[in-house]
Amino acid sequence: MNVQEMILTLQTYWSKQNCMLVQAYDVEKGAGTMSPMTLLRSLGPEPWRVAYVEPSRRPADGRYGENPNRLYQHHQFQVIIKPSPDNIQDLYLGSLKKLGIDPLAHDIRFVEDNWENPTLGAAGLGWEVWLDGMEITQFTYFQQIGGLEANPVTVELTYGIERLASYIQDKENVFDLQWSDDFTLRDIFYQPEYEHSKYTFEESDETMLFELFGMYEKEAKRTMHKGLIFPAYDYVLKCSHTFNLLDAKGLISVTERTGYISRIRNLARTIAKQYVAEREKLGFPILQKKEEA
Amino acid sequence: MGQHVLFEIGLEEMPARFIDQAESQLLDKTKKWLDEQRISYSGVTSFSTPRRLAVRIENIADRQEDINEEAKGPAMKIAKDDAGNWTKAAIGFTRGQGKTVDDIYTKEIKGVSYIFVKKQIIGKETMELLPSFKDVILSLQFGKNMRWGEEKLRFIRPIRWLVALYGERTIPFEIAHVKTGNTTYGHRFLGEKITLVQPQDYEKMLNEQYVIVEPKKREQLIIDGIHALENNQGFHVSIDDSLLREVRNLVEYPTVFVGSFEKEFLEVPSEVLITSMKEHQRYFPVFDDRDRKLLPHFIGVRNGDSNHLETVIRGNEKVLRARLSDAKFFFDTDQKQDIAFYQRKLANVVFQEKLGTIQDKVDRVVKITELICEKIACDEKTTKQAIRAAEICKFDLVTNMVNEFTDLQGIMGEKYARIFGEEEAVCKAVGEQYLPDHAEGELPQSLIGSILSVADKLDTIAGSIYAGLRPTGSQDPYGLRRQALGILRILENTKWHVAVEDLFQMAGELFASSAIEGLDAADFEKELHDFIQKRANYLLKEAGISSDVIQAVTGNGIGEFPYAMQKAVILSEKRNDEAFKLTQEALSRVLNLAEKGQVGTVDEGRLETESEKILYDTFQQLKKEFVEANDSNDAMAVLRVLEQLALPIHSFFDNNMVMAKDEKLKQNRLTLLANMSQMIHSFADFSAIAWKQQN
Repeated sequence: MNVQEMILTLQTYWSKQNCMLVQAYDVEKGAGTMSPMTLLRSLGPEPWRVAYVEPSRRPADGRYGENPNRLYQHHQFQVIIKPSPDNIQDLYLGSLKKLGIDPLAHDIRFVEDNWENPTLGAAGLGWEVWLDGMEITQFTYFQQIGGLEANPVTVELTYGIERLASYIQDKENVFDLQWSDDFTLRDIFYQPEYEHSKYTFEESDETMLFELFGMYEKEAKRTMHKGLIFPAYDYVLKCSHTFNLLDAKGLISVTERTGYISRIRNLARTIAKQYVAEREKLGFPILQKKEEA
Repeated sequence: MGQHVLFEIGLEEMPARFIDQAESQLLDKTKKWLDEQRISYSGVTSFSTPRRLAVRIENIADRQEDINEEAKGPAMKIAKDDAGNWTKAAIGFTRGQGKTVDDIYTKEIKGVSYIFVKKQIIGKETMELLPSFKDVILSLQFGKNMRWGEEKLRFIRPIRWLVALYGERTIPFEIAHVKTGNTTYGHRFLGEKITLVQPQDYEKMLNEQYVIVEPKKREQLIIDGIHALENNQGFHVSIDDSLLREVRNLVEYPTVFVGSFEKEFLEVPSEVLITSMKEHQRYFPVFDDRDRKLLPHFIGVRNGDSNHLETVIRGNEKVLRARLSDAKFFFDTDQKQDIAFYQRKLANVVFQEKLGTIQDKVDRVVKITELICEKIACDEKTTKQAIRAAEICKFDLVTNMVNEFTDLQGIMGEKYARIFGEEEAVCKAVGEQYLPDHAEGELPQSLIGSILSVADKLDTIAGSIYAGLRPTGSQDPYGLRRQALGILRILENTKWHVAVEDLFQMAGELFASSAIEGLDAADFEKELHDFIQKRANYLLKEAGISSDVIQAVTGNGIGEFPYAMQKAVILSEKRNDEAFKLTQEALSRVLNLAEKGQVGTVDEGRLETESEKILYDTFQQLKKEFVEANDSNDAMAVLRVLEQLALPIHSFFDNNMVMAKDEKLKQNRLTLLANMSQMIHSFADFSAIAWKQQN
């Protein structure tokens, strides 16, 4: 099964579980969780069911395309359901079967792993799912988002596409994965991996990046004060990515690091509160729709 | 024979580390509940797997025990009037107990006659009480709780089914919208849904569906599986106990397998490989049976049977290969730089917000190391090596390897230092600096390692207390208590002639005189002193010393710790020793009166009586002997000196009036006693001891 067939399989499966299929969000981010489709929508009482592929950028993991397992940008398949259904573990295992993973021929385990993203004031409890010892999915019940208690609880499934594919296709090196039958990951991603690594570690303009961080932060605050939650959130994401670029280049000392993280977190918290308040003002429309139905 | 009761809580996979504790809690709380409910039973058995907590009550009584008691009413003279009729007080009492005056009987208590009625509360049917077992389940406490769906309940993981059986009947209750029933589930993949007919079938029926509900049995299967592989393959597996317990709680049906990795990875230090296998993958490392060298194999445990085991093994090997490739990459890359490269980075890493960077810490540790070397009179070579070890002690913290495997701090430092060509004694010390790493942990073996370990810990403790980060209650985030015990244990081991207080004062001065903001001088000194005194007392207590003896030995300061320990042990013996009674009483006589006098020079011309002169002469003669014994930390010798004073002291008190009318004579005698008291106190405060000798 090539990567795009895997994605199609997961999309088909989860759309049958009444998840909307939405597209990746168009601002750089480190994880699928940071898409407003997850982060903002998991706040408040409104139900939500969505699945999407999220290309995630982690500048510090860039390895010039030399490392068989680490990438500047990898892909996550994200499933978000609120409230978390009672049979979610079975639904998840059902998706693995669709990918051709027969649980009787493998060792599938739910190993405790509590997830935390301090930048977003988010925390959850759950597991990493092991397939024969390899972590293939992060399975999390959100307990807190943007510093607010998650109520009802959202469940998040994050499949590591390359990880899973390297198992399914039995490849030692991610670049050897078939994206389609004609193209490998090397064909598509090797050059950008190399160039982004070179940019991140050697060529990025630090003065500009520090300036950008300040500008993005300022703009996030300004738009936030005008009650424009989604635009403000976009700027928070930009802050976060800029911070990651600076951090990967070793330009932020440990002391400063906590300072930067708390600046981003404070923005995320305020936005989370505003989002819930705004939805409440609108009468939690999705909740109303469900009750009417 | 009564019926059996079974409760099972079906859960999504619990964290392995909480399961044992949760099971024993369920067992204890079940017994407690049965006692509170006055329901008798023959036994309680608990079970657990990652997906369930269960308890079975065997031969439960079908009714609660009755309560038979008597209620005491007013005295007879109040209960009956002069005409012999029951008074309002008596009638009111019986009515209050739900009885009538016909039920009254009388009993005498201390010569006064009172009225009584018998009270009986009939026990309820067990079936009626069992639904309230729900409260036991809800009262379970876990290290970490969560919510799920729209439920308000916080529990270890979502509850997915509940079994509650009394014989063949279901006990009805509901938790978080899950109703009780007689349905449970076998192994997630190998097993099926099970309808339990009766509680005694529990283990058997689950076993048939590939779930072993007894953790000990799963553990034994893992051990047997490992032994079989050892015999078969001729290697040795080190079975780490805590890993074994974790692994048994990660599976419902264990199957042990052996996998391999490429020999080239053995070039990476074995500590790294072992950490990677154990911590990250929960594998047991494999060693050569003869020379206990690490072999390129590992033992894993699958949650399932042996079908398709080859696929599982291949998958696990692939994962480990990726991990070890990372480790090897780090190992190779780290060696391309030199120590100075890493040292330069330390100035960018914060040690503690208020106490500056790691480089700042290193600078202080170097100074403390120098001071210790001076205090314990190290030779020039040792001092030089100790200082070098201090200078480079933290460089490994910024290597790739320690970044990834934080547990390997120090261990990697030693390895890399050796690769980078440092002297052997220096490398060893770097490797020993974090020892002992727990209460009973191994101590540094080398002198320089001991010096470095003490210096590093002194800096952390003094610095943290200076910055107001003293541990409070159960909170000790920087592990200061553990580190203080480490210092004391090292001092006990090395027998350096240095007072504990001097060491801490030395480290304290570094902070007090620095630009770092912290407590004012008086508070700092007091807090630091209180902290170490408590630690020393704790260690003495652990050694079985009673608190009065501890007070006697450390009340005036700890001094050299091994000596304090020696004094405490000997005084604990003397405390119960018949033969020491004479001396102890003599010393008490001195100490009791000595407070009234002042230390000074005794006027020999004023010594009037024979016994007074003898005491003075004996004291003068023994003083030097006493000081010598005390200075050479020989507590036995000190006590022998004191014993020689016993008779002269008694004779002095028996024949003289200390509080004489002649003021000058009185003062002279008090001065003599005060001088003796001062000497005695320089050893221990005998007045604090609660003597236990028989008469």
